[in-house]
Amino acid sequence: MTESVLSLPDKEYMLPGNRTCAGCSLGIAYRHILKALGESTIVTVPASCLTVLHGMYPITSVNIPCMNVTFPSTAAAAAGLVAGLKAIGKKGITVVGFAGDGGTHDIGIQALSGAAERNTDFIYICYDNEAYMNTGGQRSSSTPLGATTTTTPVLGKAQHQKDMPAIMAAHRVPYVATASSSYPLDLYEKVKKARDIMGTRFLYISTPCPPGWLFPPKDTVKIGRLAVETGMVVLYEIENGGFRLTGASERLAAKGSLRPVREYIELQGRFRHITKDQIEELQRWVDSRWEEYLARQTPRPPDYSTLQN
Amino acid sequence: MKKTANNTQIITGNYAVALAAKLSRVQVVAAYPITPQSPATETLSQFVEKGELDAEYVRVESEHSALAVCIAASTVGARTFTATSANGLAYMCEQLHWAAGARLPIVLACANRAMGAPWNVLNDQQDSISQRDTGWIQIYARNSQEILDSIIQAYRIAEKLYVPAMVCYDGYILSHTVMPVEVPRQEQVDRFLPPYKPHTVLDPSTPQNLNLVTLANPRRDARGVMCHGYMELRYLLQEALENSLETVVEVDREFGDVFGRSYGGTHWGYRLEDATLILMAMGSVATEATVAVDQLRQRGHRAGLLALRVYRPFPKQDVISATKRAELIVVFDKNISYGYEGATCSDLKAALYGNSIQVPVHNYIVGLGGRDVKARELADAAERSLRWAEEGRPQKEVEWLNCHI
Repeated sequence: MTESVLSLPDKEYMLPGNRTCAGCSLGIAYRHILKALGESTIVTVPASCLTVLHGMYPITSVNIPCMNVTFPSTAAAAAGLVAGLKAIGKKGITVVGFAGDGGTHDIGIQALSGAAERNTDFIYICYDNEAYMNTGGQRSSSTPLGATTTTTPVLGKAQHQKDMPAIMAAHRVPYVATASSSYPLDLYEKVKKARDIMGTRFLYISTPCPPGWLFPPKDTVKIGRLAVETGMVVLYEIENGGFRLTGASERLAAKGSLRPVREYIELQGRFRHITKDQIEELQRWVDSRWEEYLARQTPRPPDYSTLQN
Repeated sequence: MKKTANNTQIITGNYAVALAAKLSRVQVVAAYPITPQSPATETLSQFVEKGELDAEYVRVESEHSALAVCIAASTVGARTFTATSANGLAYMCEQLHWAAGARLPIVLACANRAMGAPWNVLNDQQDSISQRDTGWIQIYARNSQEILDSIIQAYRIAEKLYVPAMVCYDGYILSHTVMPVEVPRQEQVDRFLPPYKPHTVLDPSTPQNLNLVTLANPRRDARGVMCHGYMELRYLLQEALENSLETVVEVDREFGDVFGRSYGGTHWGYRLEDATLILMAMGSVATEATVAVDQLRQRGHRAGLLALRVYRPFPKQDVISATKRAELIVVFDKNISYGYEGATCSDLKAALYGNSIQVPVHNYIVGLGGRDVKARELADAAERSLRWAEEGRPQKEVEWLNCHI
């Protein structure tokens, strides 16, 4: 267990300076993820905010090997890296597919489901800023109820978020975890754990977006924490089928109460058109999900790792 | 034709595809089933599961992912192969562009099939013709022997120029019919086709960020060295495609030296030497057209056939030389560029334009969605065109052969 940020590895894979927006949480998350992965890693990235962070040819802001790929193909490209490395006899390299919520929940879900069903030996990381932020903030299937986006500009989104970690858990992959850029040590631990597991590992990371969610850049960490404290984002891991709340969510469960969702949404301009009914509906959604999670804290079921490649 | 140690097998075009991939020692295969390609990839999976081919076989959930796997595996240094047809090839479209743009020498076998809607699993060449501008080399085979040999050749060509190559063969007509094929020995193929040497290998020891956002204009790197903009990269791809004409010819010639078979490089002819009535076609319909040429000769016409083997790059100079004596050219296209005419006809006319060749070119659209086309019908069409030209009438409109409207 890493005690504090002081005990993290010194080596930086994210170089100083990148092209993300002021207050972007992706950089916080990515820096800790790369530290946890270490240098024997190949990353593959579709069109996304991470592409922006990476910079423009011939200058890049990271010193890790990276292959850019088409929007829907992150997980399939990762499968190709795994197959290619195996075919040429290179061992000990962690392959990581890294995409946003649009690239995961929407256009990338087919390739991801295929790779997970084949239990491809790779880590898939979805960072969720809850809309197509790289293209100007259009609605995705991970946009929350009531949030305005550039394609739900007046009425806000009418549906709840797609529960992608649950979909991945239904694939019975050996490891599924959720994390938040506002809790980097929890994130670091989960990536490190995932690195040493065989088969498909799925990590979901909540990454607040100041220009998309319409809050001041200085509040990025605060908003990310509020998301967890209100139960809009829940930190957990599912290891070989065994569900466990972790970090701040585990502490909240022990304490016995979440903060009201209203406290989270009133700080964000994207919820400016949300109705009273929608807030109540959002609160019900959060509460029922939270009850489900609390009920799932069960003894560990059978070990799926025996079914790995 | 030179005789080599004989290992003749009676096999389908699809089996020839699988054998060629195996003989080329492909290291990663990724494919998704589609009629009429399926038996090719089924056979390859058998080779892999029986241990006859040492390759990773990724049974992907779509064609889009099939090419994604090949792109990625090729990027880390593996020789890759996939096969598809029709809507599967169309589903790969953005990946076709990506593979060429990333300069990866992937080889793809396309069992040519009609595009839906409506569904139709039979042959025409609309699928691969629709992808002609993706930066891939396209070779059209006329029989199963040429399918097998062209795939082996395609790896040599692709890996020399770092351009992907597609070997196209007519669905059912070639994919599912059996014919004798001389199967080369592995040692011979190994001599002809050395292991794949990638231009760039993605590896943690030398971190690189491949194919990230590239601006329109050249830009300096961190050391101050000016690097290409997007347009320069596109020019280099075009240059590679243009240069590939020479490579195609060289590789075909060398193949002939080793195996005793070669295919004329970019094109082949039949009774072309003194021909003034020239038929032009591609793939199995070109084979059919050789019979039509014989029939036209019997009817007293100086007919010959010019068959395109390579469609992209377009062998402009070869086409010009082959048609110098022509008084009439009749082009049979198994595709249609909607709103205009057959694609090979347009390319032929563009090649002739400005080269002092003023010859009528007539275009027939044939065999769409598996519509049968017989040699006699090709000969009759050519004779119709001949009469049209002799009567001094203006340019003949595109005619759809055997179309009952």
